[in-house]
Amino acid sequence: MDLLEYQGKQLFQKHGVPVPDGRPATSVPEAVEAAEELGYPVVIKAQVQIGGRGKAGGIKLAKDRAEAEENATAILGMDIRGFTVHELYVEKASEIDEEYYAAIVFDRAAKKPMAMLSKMGGMDVEEVAETDPEAMRMLHVDPLLGLQDFQGRRLAFESGIAEDVIRPVGAMLAKLYDVFVREDATLVEVNPLLITKSREVVALDAKVTVDDNALFRHPDVAEMRDLSAEDPQERMAKERGLTYVKLDGNVGILGNGAGLVMSTLDVVAQAGGSPANFLDAGGGSKAEAITSAVEVILSDEKVKAVLFNIFGGITRCDEVARGLIEAFEQIKPDVPFVVRLDGTNDKEGRALLAEANLPNVHTESTMLGAAEKVVELAA
Amino acid sequence: MAILVDRDTRLVVSGITGREGTFHSLRNRDYGTNVVAGVTPGKGGQDVDGIPVFNTFHDAVEKTGANTAMVFVPPRFAADSILEAEDAGIALIITITEGIPAHDELRVYNHLKRGSSRLVGPNCPGILSPGKANVGIIPAQFFKEGNVGLVSRSGTLTYQIGNELAQRGFGNSSIVGIGGDPVPGSSFIDMLELFEADTETELIVMCGEIGGSAEEEAADYIAESVSKPVLAYIAGFTAPPGKTMGHAGAIVSGSKGTAAAKAEALEAKGVRVGRNPTQVSEIAVEILGTRV
Repeated sequence: MDLLEYQGKQLFQKHGVPVPDGRPATSVPEAVEAAEELGYPVVIKAQVQIGGRGKAGGIKLAKDRAEAEENATAILGMDIRGFTVHELYVEKASEIDEEYYAAIVFDRAAKKPMAMLSKMGGMDVEEVAETDPEAMRMLHVDPLLGLQDFQGRRLAFESGIAEDVIRPVGAMLAKLYDVFVREDATLVEVNPLLITKSREVVALDAKVTVDDNALFRHPDVAEMRDLSAEDPQERMAKERGLTYVKLDGNVGILGNGAGLVMSTLDVVAQAGGSPANFLDAGGGSKAEAITSAVEVILSDEKVKAVLFNIFGGITRCDEVARGLIEAFEQIKPDVPFVVRLDGTNDKEGRALLAEANLPNVHTESTMLGAAEKVVELAA
Repeated sequence: MAILVDRDTRLVVSGITGREGTFHSLRNRDYGTNVVAGVTPGKGGQDVDGIPVFNTFHDAVEKTGANTAMVFVPPRFAADSILEAEDAGIALIITITEGIPAHDELRVYNHLKRGSSRLVGPNCPGILSPGKANVGIIPAQFFKEGNVGLVSRSGTLTYQIGNELAQRGFGNSSIVGIGGDPVPGSSFIDMLELFEADTETELIVMCGEIGGSAEEEAADYIAESVSKPVLAYIAGFTAPPGKTMGHAGAIVSGSKGTAAAKAEALEAKGVRVGRNPTQVSEIAVEILGTRV
């Protein structure tokens, strides 16, 4: 789960990472009130989970009440690369002297956390990595030992940052590592890491991704989930405990097991179709789960045909067939279905479907045949 | 021969008294796996259909000589259970549990790497050596003994591909699910090494998916160290970036970890990549000849 800037900064504060004083706001009056409390100048920042906010006009300075009102009005509700701004963060303006970059990332290949530091902050890091790879210093951390002081020092010395801030930047890295471990984050990124005119080290931005699988031990972070920013179908699926990802095609897809569903999307695309979603009904799917899943798939109005691709291992094909029959009784879908049942109890499942004689349901025995059929029906 | 699990396997199951744990332990035993013990703290002295339950792995190992563990406990207890199995001297720990926090996996992985125990999974369907032993949730009825070694990050997709191969007459030496999490205990490379050394295996099929770089690393390893033919399949060509596709590890980050890049890396090293499960079995026929 990606956190908004101000949510990340709340976690930063909890672990002693210095951040400028600020307040979140969801309306113009709230933003103005926050600005008045903080004292001018303030920066009004759009809270969306996408980079490039500044360039898009989502970050503006306000020197007085009139500007605060004007800028908050302009930013609230604006669209930044497909994300609507529902929340603002009003922050005391900082006096910028230098901008660095710091991050703790989860390196999957090395299976270790990695600490990163660069004196070239405030810009696109991927660009820095390409144009001046030497400017980005990084080293792996042993997760059983944690980030050691010498490692923070070494990064600070090697990155060529100003000598007077080597110690505080090293200390900052240690605190960011605390956030990374204690909040079960998979990414903690500060860009820019600010050196103020009075040579203080401050996190001016915060990009934090937390591990969904660890939310059970962080109820406060779990509450930060921004439901309004989620796709309505994805939210509906989540509430029903289904793994669903919305895509932009017109072939609805249901399968069992993440790998098989991914493969199904690919095969539909190879047959010339365009998948509307990824939906994994999971292992051992019972009839109710299937009914529930069909409702989620059909709530996407773009869906013109639906493909069920089931290879029954633990999942029993007769259960899936029962679920589909139930779904037809309850929902009475008006789009065609192609059903491929293979594996455990496949004959029983196909017999149940034949007996039910559902309108507009086609059974296929192979994955490729089913994909071709559903693409033809969706066209 | 087979790899990892066979007739010498003496299995202890952590979480055997849970509903799923009981169901699959008994299924594994019905298949012929030697299930010697279960572990549930506080339930020592009980039994599950004749399988003795112990409070600790240490007890189970001492009393039954268990050499392989299957971990079936809920995610918040799984890391602890794996570490306990390792501490008790279990050589092979197969973890089925899905949803273990990534930081727990990091600590467990880095700790185990310093010792001699091997972890397979988490978030995997287990290991099946047809005709010998089944540890996990793989539906064994679809597979028979044979010469194709299969290693995969996914469960049902493995059954799909395994079944396509079976319909063309192929059987399997072993089928290993390495799991769909970002920090798998064993990698494709670990399994390629075992299949290369296994005399029964004549073809290795590896089934990858989006996310991470395990397939790319495997491609380099195959070019350098594998003499047997390797055939690959990659799922997730149509997955959009930034979205987790069911498995915690199945995510394209920016432009990294795409299916296209993985297929390219493998093909660049001479590994043939089937574009769908059916094509995988067709290529297998080309490599090994018709078996039906």
